[in-house]
Amino acid sequence: MIDRILATAITEAHIARRNRWVAIAVLLMVVFSLVLAAAGSAATGALGADRLSVVVASLTSLSVYLVPLVALLMSFDAVAGEVERGTLPLLLTYPGARWEILLGKLLAHLGILALAIVAGYGAAAVAAIATDPRAAAGLPALWRLTWTSVLLGATFLCAGYALSSLARRPSGAAGLAIGLWLGLVVLYDLGLLAAIVADDGGVFTTRFFPLALLANPADAFRLFNLAASEATAAAAGVGGAAASIPLWQSLSPLLAWPVAALALAALAFRRVVP
Amino acid sequence: MTTTLTISALTKTYDGVRALSDVSLHVAAGERVALLGHNGAGKSTLMKIILGLIAADTGDISVCGAAPGSMAARGAVAYLPENAAFHPALTGMEQISHYLRLRGEPASKAMGLLDRVGLGHAAKRRIGTYSKGMRQRVGLAQTLIGAPRLLVLDEPTSGLDPVSRRDFYTLLDGLASDGAAILLSSHALTEVEARTDRLLILSGGKMVAQGTLGDLRREAALPVVMQLTARNGFAPDLMAALPGLGQDLRISCCQADKLPTLARIAALEAKIADLDVMPPSLEDIYSHFSRRDGQ
Ligand SMILES: Nc1ncnc2c1ncn2[C@@H]1O[C@H](COP(=O)(O)OP(=O)(O)OP(=O)(O)O)[C@@H](O)[C@H]1O
Ligand SMILES: [Mg+2]
Repeated sequence: MIDRILATAITEAHIARRNRWVAIAVLLMVVFSLVLAAAGSAATGALGADRLSVVVASLTSLSVYLVPLVALLMSFDAVAGEVERGTLPLLLTYPGARWEILLGKLLAHLGILALAIVAGYGAAAVAAIATDPRAAAGLPALWRLTWTSVLLGATFLCAGYALSSLARRPSGAAGLAIGLWLGLVVLYDLGLLAAIVADDGGVFTTRFFPLALLANPADAFRLFNLAASEATAAAAGVGGAAASIPLWQSLSPLLAWPVAALALAALAFRRVVP
Repeated sequence: MTTTLTISALTKTYDGVRALSDVSLHVAAGERVALLGHNGAGKSTLMKIILGLIAADTGDISVCGAAPGSMAARGAVAYLPENAAFHPALTGMEQISHYLRLRGEPASKAMGLLDRVGLGHAAKRRIGTYSKGMRQRVGLAQTLIGAPRLLVLDEPTSGLDPVSRRDFYTLLDGLASDGAAILLSSHALTEVEARTDRLLILSGGKMVAQGTLGDLRREAALPVVMQLTARNGFAPDLMAALPGLGQDLRISCCQADKLPTLARIAALEAKIADLDVMPPSLEDIYSHFSRRDGQ
């Protein structure tokens, strides 16, 4: 079983390397992180925080958009592409369960995503530490951001596999992936905001709003990092809500979502008839 | 002889369209069986059901004593899909290594397999740059992994040049003599005639004939055609002496009348320059069965 998962991972890594996905993901993360590191340097003095902590706060806001996007771009083709190319029937006559195929793909894609994240955040950290000797104080926050970003990426990779299995055609899967990204990362927060305004401090704001935030992996990611970070003050938006939710509550959806999304993807893949 | 594949009373309907009805067959270890039939006869559907890729509506299938698509069956069966496709970004070597690992074999055997199908020289090139026949050979190479007890090959020689076809059938002979059961579909009747042990003919989803070529020939009982060549000027004499002989000096007779007709021809030896006996061709026999119920 492990051998078969690794076999798929090796092959997917070859494919991602040839398709330049490795280069694209790393480049995207490095460029955006460096831009943020450069922009962050202007705000430092006023807030009194070290430069790296400030950069981590802005990286958190960036990653909430970028990591799911890159993850979905890498994964939407995973099943639909095999169906379209006609490679799926043969693959499915080989020994091994279907979830092993998904897990192999996840291993490769997550490895690439982690590489891109480490490269991007690493570049930003080097830039921050080079210009501010106190910046080392922000390293724990950076580390936290790194592994939570990987978990966030895993969630959206698996979500991409699920959509890929449901759509069965790459074009359809791409549409669904963009829809999911817009929905969870952009519109969800806008919707919540609108609901809070309409509710004006009622039951929704006090009872359901925190739950609604935690239910969305992207929001849970933002909450956890902001709450845990000393740079809370530097962040805008949901920073206020972050303080009122205990850390374990925002951490649990971060841990649970990748597993749940993988299970959903496996279920959807099982229903694909080659 | 032990039976590797047994199918009885198999039926499959695609939303209203009968693809297979009441199909029964068996393939024994070491036997090479060809599945023939017109486009849309149900050959590929039958193969996908054997592999467990799609489910049958009714009927029993036993693949090496296991259910189709079970782990035991998948471990023992090799498949070549029609229009075998692979990821264009992978090299032949990487693709075969992947399949080797999936079957628990060392990836180092990849080069040997590619050599066996004559792709050694292109092993390190991307499959996207391969010709159609080269892709087909990658497909063949992966069926040779391990020691499959059943090979299910959907139009394995499509896209192969004549020499490659011969090499392919030589490979099959080797596998069959090692005890593998082989079920292959094809539209190339002549090569199938020479290189397989038994023929199955599907027509409109029904099994209309099965047996060796000799069995089918007897069952079809198609007429034999004899072509005479007259010695100078004797053609009218021949036509007068042999009722049924046409202007073109051809005479056709049923199988049972073959020897009496030959005897009558032999009696006219002095007037005949040459004689050709033409048994019904494989195409004739095939069309006889294929048209009977289908199309
Ligand atoms: N996925 C599908 N959905 C609906 N009908 C299908 C499907 N696959 C096959 N069929 C139908 O089932 C019948 C048998 O198709 P099949 O592909 O098995 O034919 P075949 O004998 O392999 O033909 P060919 O020689 O052209 O490869 C055809 O009428 C076909 O239209
Ligand atoms: Mg077919």
